Amino acid sequence: MTLLNSLRRLLAIAALGLVHAAHAADASAPDLLIRQLSLETLEAVKADKDIQAGNIAKIIALVDTKVMPYVNFQRMTASAVGRFWRQATPEQQTRLQAEFKTLLMRTYAGALTQVKDQTIGLKPFHPEAGATEVVVRTQIIGKGDPVQLDYRLEKSGPEWKIFDVNVLGIWLADQYRNSFAQEIGANGIDGLIKSLADKNAKAAAPAAKG
Amino acid sequence: MSRMGRALRWLAALVLVLELAGCQTVQSVGDRLQGAVDRVMGSKGQKLDPWESWNRKVFAFNEALDENLLKPAATAYAKVLPSPIRTGIGNFLGNIADAWSAVNLLLQGRLKAGLDQGMRVAVNSTFGLAGLLDVASEAGLEKNSQDFGKTLGKWGMGTGAYIVWPVFGPSSVRDSIGLPFDWKASPSVVFDDGHKKVAITVLSAINTRANFLRAGEMLDGIALDKYTFYRDAYLQRRGSFDDDEQVEVLAPAAPASAPASAAMP
Repeated sequence: MTLLNSLRRLLAIAALGLVHAAHAADASAPDLLIRQLSLETLEAVKADKDIQAGNIAKIIALVDTKVMPYVNFQRMTASAVGRFWRQATPEQQTRLQAEFKTLLMRTYAGALTQVKDQTIGLKPFHPEAGATEVVVRTQIIGKGDPVQLDYRLEKSGPEWKIFDVNVLGIWLADQYRNSFAQEIGANGIDGLIKSLADKNAKAAAPAAKG
Repeated sequence: MSRMGRALRWLAALVLVLELAGCQTVQSVGDRLQGAVDRVMGSKGQKLDPWESWNRKVFAFNEALDENLLKPAATAYAKVLPSPIRTGIGNFLGNIADAWSAVNLLLQGRLKAGLDQGMRVAVNSTFGLAGLLDVASEAGLEKNSQDFGKTLGKWGMGTGAYIVWPVFGPSSVRDSIGLPFDWKASPSVVFDDGHKKVAITVLSAINTRANFLRAGEMLDGIALDKYTFYRDAYLQRRGSFDDDEQVEVLAPAAPASAPASAAMP
């Protein structure tokens, strides 16, 4: 039962990690970036009734324009696909990214309906000098246990980009690695793309009614 | 209330024991337990999922049990009882769990976090009307759930192989060792009578499941293979540990214009 609880909270909170609506954030320092993204996310969600109602089109538009500039989603997908990534053609890689993104986005759409009166806490950040990959740790504080929400960021040029998210001790890329490998082992890379696409299509069908 | 007093005496005794024992000793308890498990299970204990085919069968059984019994019961429960009452029940059960969390935090050598959690229980048990209201959270005493499996982990014992138990669900070698201790401290402990113990356990299961109804449907939508998804989430989550570092609560920049202009003559 503890796991069910954890997963429920994972869903409820994952949303805050990647979605935000605001003006360009300052990506010159990793903790500054996360600080801004977190605050803006929370405020945007609290202010928008459509997002709270789980309007997926609106959420995707929001993520694409505001969040994706600060996420290296290719790296996140590559990490989840693991050693098979290099065997995939560029076209397969593009499709994997698109389907994986839609899959995660649906999670957030559902999760955003749970956002109410939470606040965000930032854990102390002491990066090593000259580090090009860091972890910024935060907590979502609301009812019940505070929810751990950490980010892995990499320095690309002058800016920092998110390439993995940890919710409740679970890194998302790691979470999917075995599932993806299992599917690729059984049906190949195209099989994985197809099974992701099927999942997404199946979920989109009932959602289209509402 | 006498139970409450007994719990507090327990806490006081534990703090004393821990201060005498020190962290080095508990670390070696963890190592020794780990060694014992390794001797019994050989390399199997270190693998991710050596009993996968058996686990999958049990998982399927649990899924069927959920679909036919627990989920319908939880759906009906959520429909019949208004949300504030369910919150109250959740708080009451959670308060008993918090007392066990406090004990585990102390066992983990986290003195301040343990005392905070003990204070949380004390506040909710009194001002929170025996735990029905969670007034401690409002006062900044946040919930910090711990169990004996986590404590064993803090003592240095690895998570070990994944195990799915009938009815109880996902676990691991380490957490299975912790489970009997957690049961001893489950909400049923406040009742003496056998029937009441069963009733409170059932209520606890249904209440938890009711909180999870919507998310359960969502999970079905994002897991390629539910068994693998649950397993990997469980093992990652149980293998990670939190710390007690202070957080800085982020507040939106206050709109300073209004008070400033009001101050103008």
